[in-house]
Amino acid sequence: MTFSRRARVMFGCIAAIALAFIYAPLIVVLVNSFNVSKVFSWPPRSFTLSWWNKALVNQGVREAVLTSVKAGLGATAIALVLGSMFAAAVVRYHWFGREALSLVVILPIALPGIVTGIALNSAFRTVLVPLGISFGLFTVVLGHATFCIVVVFNNIAARLRRTGQTLQEASMDLGASTWQTFRFVTLPAVRSALVAGALLSFALSFDEIVVTSFTAGPGIQTLPQWIFNNLFRPNQAPIVNAVAAALVVLFIIPVYLAQRLSEGGAGGRI
Amino acid sequence: MTAPSTRTEGTPTARRRSAFLYRHERLRLAGLLTPPVLWLVVLYLGSLGVMLVSSLWSVDSFTGDLVKKTSFANYHILFTQSVYRTVALRTVGIALGVTVIDLLLALPLALFISKVVRSRRVRYALLIMVTMPLWASYLVKGYAWRIMFDKGGVIDWVLSPLGLHGPGLGLTATVVALAYLWLPYMVLPVYAGLERLPASLLEASADLGATTTRTLRSVVLPLLIPSIAAGSIFTFSLTLGDYIMVKIVGGTTQMFANIVYDNVGVAGNLPFAAAAAVFPIVVVVAYLFAVRRTGALENL
Repeated sequence: MTFSRRARVMFGCIAAIALAFIYAPLIVVLVNSFNVSKVFSWPPRSFTLSWWNKALVNQGVREAVLTSVKAGLGATAIALVLGSMFAAAVVRYHWFGREALSLVVILPIALPGIVTGIALNSAFRTVLVPLGISFGLFTVVLGHATFCIVVVFNNIAARLRRTGQTLQEASMDLGASTWQTFRFVTLPAVRSALVAGALLSFALSFDEIVVTSFTAGPGIQTLPQWIFNNLFRPNQAPIVNAVAAALVVLFIIPVYLAQRLSEGGAGGRI
Repeated sequence: MTAPSTRTEGTPTARRRSAFLYRHERLRLAGLLTPPVLWLVVLYLGSLGVMLVSSLWSVDSFTGDLVKKTSFANYHILFTQSVYRTVALRTVGIALGVTVIDLLLALPLALFISKVVRSRRVRYALLIMVTMPLWASYLVKGYAWRIMFDKGGVIDWVLSPLGLHGPGLGLTATVVALAYLWLPYMVLPVYAGLERLPASLLEASADLGATTTRTLRSVVLPLLIPSIAAGSIFTFSLTLGDYIMVKIVGGTTQMFANIVYDNVGVAGNLPFAAAAAVFPIVVVVAYLFAVRRTGALENL
């Protein structure tokens, strides 16, 4: 053992503190969603399921969830196509400007969301609106896809780097067409990376608020926007809390799946 | 399973087409590259360009219309009015504070997971536990810290037996909440860096008589610098562009991105907002260039 016993115990203690720091707020949200009190008060005096019920039937929440799902699906579909194409081009071919463009793909997620948001907002205003395309769900999808591409790209590029090109060459040598090689060799090799990338990009889009607020048209409200708009209204607090608690629970599932699929994918988000 | 017939050789036309594509690599590349490059360069970089150009315009104060005349007036205001300098300095200060807090938590945490825990399964489970909240909704986490710091909230409740009360919503809450948000981004690269660090180096250092502190300072830390720099890219630049968390837990505190946001929304002065948005871009890009020399970009 290279570290002294005292050092190991100290690392353990700080690790325990860090984990408590990570989970305590989430647990508080969960517990508070059953808090019987109508205005925020801690600790809860007694518990109820009624806020969860009210959140489930709330019209605003339902519409917002639907909008978020639509936006997430649209953005993920675009990101899957463009991200995989770009990954294949970067991993399989050498071309001028490859390094520079691999940086550009990261920019939408590396630069602050407000920069991407304003940039897209002013571009849509100058280009799309004169063409008759006004701000709405479509512009939200365009915005989300821009930063979802990088997630798909990273997953697929990592997989392609690992699988190499030999299987594709063998398939072509054995007389398969480009389509057959893609369908029976390349696709099975990257399938789980595609699923992981899709899950991550959907999750990213589902949670996004900054770019959304700059690209959404009037009347379009995603779930994060609904939460943010109701966060400061005291009489909505219990329902916001139930929605927040539901999100804490729901998010564990896709993330767990994505983590299993992209082995060593702890850094899958970026 | 699919029909076996599709697994036989392609039809003659398909094979000719495939052979043609195979011989013409550039054609395949062009097909793959055109759509994503159009999106990234035309839509995204184009948008950034439009924003930069519009930062030189102004808004007619009577009609609210865009005046597309080039001038550096927006930048002049940003540089000369002291309120913007104060907010900019505060924002950079918050970003540095968040980075330091995350580093102080992430280093021991990653050391514990990577070098103290023996069982691979426990190590994996701990890693998942650290990364899982990364995916919990941003707003939910902000809301959680609002409950923690708000008057009569959890922190007040915990401190009340000691006769103390928490700092309430404000600058402290903002720094804590942001450090909370970006902690996994620091843990992951530091952990990956520690995993690449051969155990033999640590043993050699101990064999040569170094204490734990000495090994950490002279062996572990110097080798971890690229990983730490990589983590700090996230903690620093994500904090720099944030304006929502400070609205939720910051009370009346303002960060630089709030200036940008308020000029789009309340004031409707898009050119000024665009000019203000250049500040985070410049700082983030400068930061990227500064840490690039440590090899951080290969450790993302």
